[in-house]
Amino acid sequence: MALDSKIPKGPIKDKWTDYKNHIDLVNPANKRNIDVIVVGTGLAGGSAAATLAELGYNVKAFCFQDSPRRAHSIAAQGGINAAKNYQGDGDSTYRLFYDTVKGGDYRSREANVYRLAEVSANIIDQCVAQGVPFAREYGGLLDNRSFGGVLVSRTFYAAGQTGQQLLLGAYSAMNRQIGRGKIKMYNRHEMLDVVKVDGKARGIITRNLITGEIERHSAHAVVLGTGGYGNVFFLSTNAMGSNVTAAWKAHKRGAYFANPCYTQIHPTCIPVSGDHQSKLTLMSESLRNDGRIWVPKHMKDVEAIKAGTLKPKDLAEDDRDYYLERRYPAFGNLVPRDVASRAAKERCDAGFGVNATGEAVFLDFASAIQRYGKETAHVKGLDENDAALVKKLGQEVIKNKYGNLFQMYEKIVDQDPYNTPMMIYPAVHYTMGGVWVDYNLMTTVPGLYCIGEANFSDHGANRLGASALMQGLADGYFVLPYTIGDYLSNDIRTGPISTETKEFEDAEKEVREKINFFVSNEGQHSVDYFHKRLGKIMWNKVGMSRNVQGLTEAISEIKALREQFWKEVKVPGTNEEYNEELAKAGRVADFLELGELFAKDALNREESCGGHFREDSVELDGEQKGEALRDDENFAYVSAWEYKGEPSDAVLHKEQLEFNDIELKQRSYK
Amino acid sequence: MNLTLKIWRQKNASDKGSMVDYKVSDISPDMSFLEMLDVLNEQLVNNNESPVAFDHDCREGICGMCSLYINGEAHGPDRGVTTCQLHMRMFKDGDTITIEPFRATAFPVVKDLIVDRSSFDRVQHAGGFISVNTSGNTIDANAIPVNKHDADDAFSAATCIGCGACVASCKNSSAMLFVGAKVSQFALLPQGKVEATDRVLNMVKQMDEEGFGNCTNTGACEVECPKGISLENIARMNREYLKASLKG
Repeated sequence: MALDSKIPKGPIKDKWTDYKNHIDLVNPANKRNIDVIVVGTGLAGGSAAATLAELGYNVKAFCFQDSPRRAHSIAAQGGINAAKNYQGDGDSTYRLFYDTVKGGDYRSREANVYRLAEVSANIIDQCVAQGVPFAREYGGLLDNRSFGGVLVSRTFYAAGQTGQQLLLGAYSAMNRQIGRGKIKMYNRHEMLDVVKVDGKARGIITRNLITGEIERHSAHAVVLGTGGYGNVFFLSTNAMGSNVTAAWKAHKRGAYFANPCYTQIHPTCIPVSGDHQSKLTLMSESLRNDGRIWVPKHMKDVEAIKAGTLKPKDLAEDDRDYYLERRYPAFGNLVPRDVASRAAKERCDAGFGVNATGEAVFLDFASAIQRYGKETAHVKGLDENDAALVKKLGQEVIKNKYGNLFQMYEKIVDQDPYNTPMMIYPAVHYTMGGVWVDYNLMTTVPGLYCIGEANFSDHGANRLGASALMQGLADGYFVLPYTIGDYLSNDIRTGPISTETKEFEDAEKEVREKINFFVSNEGQHSVDYFHKRLGKIMWNKVGMSRNVQGLTEAISEIKALREQFWKEVKVPGTNEEYNEELAKAGRVADFLELGELFAKDALNREESCGGHFREDSVELDGEQKGEALRDDENFAYVSAWEYKGEPSDAVLHKEQLEFNDIELKQRSYK
Repeated sequence: MNLTLKIWRQKNASDKGSMVDYKVSDISPDMSFLEMLDVLNEQLVNNNESPVAFDHDCREGICGMCSLYINGEAHGPDRGVTTCQLHMRMFKDGDTITIEPFRATAFPVVKDLIVDRSSFDRVQHAGGFISVNTSGNTIDANAIPVNKHDADDAFSAATCIGCGACVASCKNSSAMLFVGAKVSQFALLPQGKVEATDRVLNMVKQMDEEGFGNCTNTGACEVECPKGISLENIARMNREYLKASLKG
């Protein structure tokens, strides 16, 4: 099947408006006869479910947690971008569009990104109207902060808990519709398959995680807002339950999976401390507004710090290497995430890592504390030369801005970041790849939509900070509710979809067979045993830096591990009870397939772009020596993989990316 | 560290349940409490025993999914953290640790340490929202200036993670801190004023129907709240409720 991205014709700035003016609509009376399933209740799924219900559709929403409010969007810290230009610093829809395409290293779809930038301002208006308590200035207006990869201040925030506040906003909108009976909410339900009838997505099979009951649910369309697949690495900043299963089942039913190798390794996370670790914790990128990243210049100081004989704060300024400021003077500590992560890895690989494992760099707030302290002393008419006072005042400012993050750091690491620099290292955070969708956010399966992190379209090969929240809410509040109407306008006479059909019966049977296999297999290793091993392969060979040999090895190692898993996995208990091991087994089985496709995609893409860094594709000389080298002539396409059984049999389809409004350039942050 | 764990085991909602003793060894002080339970569960799975069921998800203290009543305190002995952020350095080698589910009539046990907190959701369905449809035509965000002090207080109230520690810590199993936080968030903002009367009456009515108890001002909820939600929110809710009742 040829890929049709269905991008509307016309100038980029008119596409979305023209599109909305010409699509088919469903009248309010008919909406009452149409059912929509939304899987996942994060920013994308939650906002979509609420908005579709407001429009009058009958929504059934599903989440695996005990409440929609727990979805992992809640953990997003730093902020949400919007082209409001409240600061008057030259921001505009075009500039947000441009920054996002450039930040994504020219591997995203122009028309989708422009639409994203266009609706970004509406998101802020909508959230404020819902009562989301964004940070404000003393005049009562909204405050902004800066994020990486851009030269304007367009990020709206609520301390270090922006995702929480936005999600609770979407949750409140859902609650209103649940109260009205327009959303039927299924908590603690996991989607285990998509059901297709006559080629169209018409329902899902779920498992009730408390009782084990396998259920059939039908609808006229199915929307997946099920998040990313970073947990294929075992250790990531994702929640423990975050998984690829819904997206992967969709893939197996015909939805192409795009750019699986585009993964964001976030530069500022708390370093791994030991084998017991179950997850990694992010320290928001917003900290790079005020924190300066460094390692010692000299190896003797690295050793002294590791040995504990030298305190980092006592090392003289001249003996520190602020390597981001040195290498990228224009953007300094606010270079995009992929660039910052690789730079940290480069220093640590060279032996300058500052903790016992050699995999940590400093993020230092001492200069910011000084700067804010002096400023506050000046404003209050106090003595700017009183060092203790300045420090105290500066620490208060930092506490107001990032208090919850500093507290989190202190609880985990047991060190006080107000007085000693934080130690950070890159960790898997976000997946830009995902289910392929057209301009309508529809997958290659008619009637099956995919929104938020679970799809692929807006962030190219690298996502800019504070853009994930923007995309999730844009898709759910402002894009999908229009595009899905155009599709559903053909279903006004269809009537309710029966679940008593062969298609539902077959899908349910397959699900039951897999579950029965797990609970009756007499293996010797726990699910986590396999998941951890998969994570190690992924991190070592498909991580921040990739080469042909490593990727080839990873493909065969993952395949072998998968075969071993199906022989030796052990799942205690039965299906008819709360059984977390059983739920995990199904998820890890899918990760073991996705992981191989991920490595295969990385092997196919013989260029470096964004978060995908190939050691055989770097600038060899000139000012950009050592930086990632893109190959636009041969790789300016989206890799969309069609399922054919084993991951090794997956067929590649290419969506050629066309750039009419932005010139493709070497991405320079120097 | 080597520890003895006394854990509440209960097969399902209708099972009676009892405390069972377990031993874990080689626990690192850098582990989180839940990572310590992961070690126990790995051990149980390898011995063909049923692992201990407990709720958890984000493991960074924000989703509100983890619970646990540890040595008689919701989220254990540390302050200002959820169980997932409680670290084993808070305990000593040789300690015996008692682990129970959050107990309240409105939080029935599902299995082992997992409870059903859907009563919290139902209270929110009754009024925890501002009625504004998504349209793209709401007024510009900066057309509603909010006094910074009020905005900050609304934010502080809105940081509630809905974990239920307040209910579990209260001798009356009262949910006033949880409900007060949401009522306060909206009461402090101009956007929330239009529906203030109905909101507080409906949410309090639902709260009572769910079987939560009343507040007798002992303040245990505030002490155990991992997000430091202030008792002021209960006072504010009482004021809102009184105002609304007089209007009603």
